[in-house]
This record gives sequence, C-alpha cells and structure tokens, in this order.
Amino acid sequence: MKYLLFAFFLISQTSYALDSRQLADPIKQENYEILTKELRCLVCQNQTIADSNAELASDLRRQVYEMLEQGKTNDEIVQFMTDRYGDFVLYKPAFKGKTSILWIAPGAFLVLGLLIVYIFIRQKRVSRTEQGETVNAKLDSEKQKKIRRLLEKGDQS
Amino acid sequence: MLKYIIPFILFIIMAVFLGVGLSLKPSEIPSPFINKPAPSFSAAKLEVPEEKLSPADLIGQVWLLNVWASWCVSCRGEHPILNNLADKNVVTIIGLNYKDDPANAKQWLDTLGNPYSASITDQEGRIGIDYGVYGVPETFVIDKKGIIRHKQTGPVTEQDVQNILLPLIAKLQAES
Repeated sequence: MKYLLFAFFLISQTSYALDSRQLADPIKQENYEILTKELRCLVCQNQTIADSNAELASDLRRQVYEMLEQGKTNDEIVQFMTDRYGDFVLYKPAFKGKTSILWIAPGAFLVLGLLIVYIFIRQKRVSRTEQGETVNAKLDSEKQKKIRRLLEKGDQS
Repeated sequence: MLKYIIPFILFIIMAVFLGVGLSLKPSEIPSPFINKPAPSFSAAKLEVPEEKLSPADLIGQVWLLNVWASWCVSCRGEHPILNNLADKNVVTIIGLNYKDDPANAKQWLDTLGNPYSASITDQEGRIGIDYGVYGVPETFVIDKKGIIRHKQTGPVTEQDVQNILLPLIAKLQAES
C-alpha cells in the first residue's frame, strides 16, 4: 500500500503537461520548452506560462508556438513579449538600469551579511580576550594565592 | 551607544522597505505602452461583422479602448460607470470584446446598455496580446495622434472617472 501511494505521487509529479503542442523540429521544440519556462504568466504571477492553467498562459503558449513555427528566434520572441507586458513577463530580466537592483541586491546583501558576521565575531573575540585577561589578573593577585593555599591544605590532609 | 543605534537604524530601514512593500500593488504591472502608439489592428465590429475598425480610423479623436467580456464579472460592475461616461459625450469609447461569444456579448449590451461607439471582436485574444491585456477589464486612453497616454487595469470606478479620466480627456481634447 505504501509503495502504491509512493508510486502515485511519482506519477502525479510528472503528468502535469498542460499542452500537447509538439513542434516538428526538435530544436524548435527545445526552444519552446525553454521559452515557456522563462515567461511569467501575468494572471497568476508566480507561475511560468508552461505551468499555468490560466487562459492567458495558454494564449501566450500558442503565441510562442506560432512564432517558433514562423522561424522567429528566441530573442525575437522574448522582445515581442517584453514590448507588450514589460520586464515583468521575464523570469530572467535583462540586466539594465531598471532591473539592476534585482540582480545586485542578493549579492550585496550576502556581502553585507558576511561583513556583519565578521565584525560581530571579531568584536566577540576581542572582548573575550580582554575579559579573560582581567579575570586572570584578578586571579593572580588574591585568589590565586587562596587557591594555592587551599590546594596545599588539601595535599596535607 | 553604538550597540543601540545600529539595530535601531536597521529597524528603520526594514520598516521603510516593508512599508513601501505594503503600498505596492503587485497585480498592477506598469504598462510598457504609455506614450507609445496604439498597436494597430483591423478587427470586425461586433454588431456589423462585415465592417472593420482600426486605430487609424480614429486619428484626430480622443478615445478610450475598453477591454470587456460578458464572462467578466468586474466588467458588470464597471458597466454603469461607462454608460454614464458615454452620456457625457466627451470621448469616443471603443469596446474590445475579448475572448467572448458574440451572441452573449450582444445580449449583454442589449440588457445592460451600450456605452460603446463600436465594439470590435477579438475571440482568440490576439489583439489582447498586442495590447498586453492580462486582466479584464482594462481601459486605455488614446490621444488624437493615436498615442496611448494612460492605462488602467481593473474596473474603472466613479472616482477614477472624476479624478483621472475626465481631467486627462479634457487635457487631451485641448491638444491639437
């Protein structure tokens, strides 16, 4: 039963194909699959047009399919879509002024985070050694003697 | 002292970002068409399919292109507002009947009133793609030279008419 259930999940993972469009040319077919996975469905926003069931997504898939059949290049199709829907339609927007923050921010935050961690650790280390020294100094002066005395006493008994 | 200032500044920065995030509407995608020529089409009119309409026919007029469909629920809410606007006679309203059944569309206009000078049909949604339509209803404001000057995604409300559309239409009518 367990295995059956497991098998069921495997099937449901792979059988979501929403459209049966097949281009005769395997290269075009590959481009079709690449493009539909890079274009965002504008109705559902967090799905690609390959994944989405929305009507607009299916219209856009049709558009991509037809343009590939007409021999349009991937760049031309991407340009066609951005001309109409803006950069938002792309899951991988081109690097330019408007989108630079999207590309730079993750790296900048990583560097910033590492910097903060570095400063934090360094500060901790410095303060710990400082503390250690003062503690040691105190121990040296009075307590060290007391400890020694106690230890000697212990040895005698 | 620094120990308290740094977290406080970080908190302020985060609060500003989150605050701005709250006020954004992710469903409203900025249209790349603003100040660009209205994409051309030549489409059959809903009422008289033999006749065609294209944006070139409307050069010299300020016009609205309102994307609607009989299956679209928010279009029903928007419809009386368009009827009112049409009664004011300040602007030509063209309907783009998007992915709809013509019979249903005609029936809708018969029962709810027809604010459109003409409606054109786009049963396959191709004109819709050319105009970057992704959420019906949508309304484009196009000037006398055929340039798109404004786009609204979602239903037009009475406030939108008073605050945005009417002032913009008056301004565009004054342009030569």
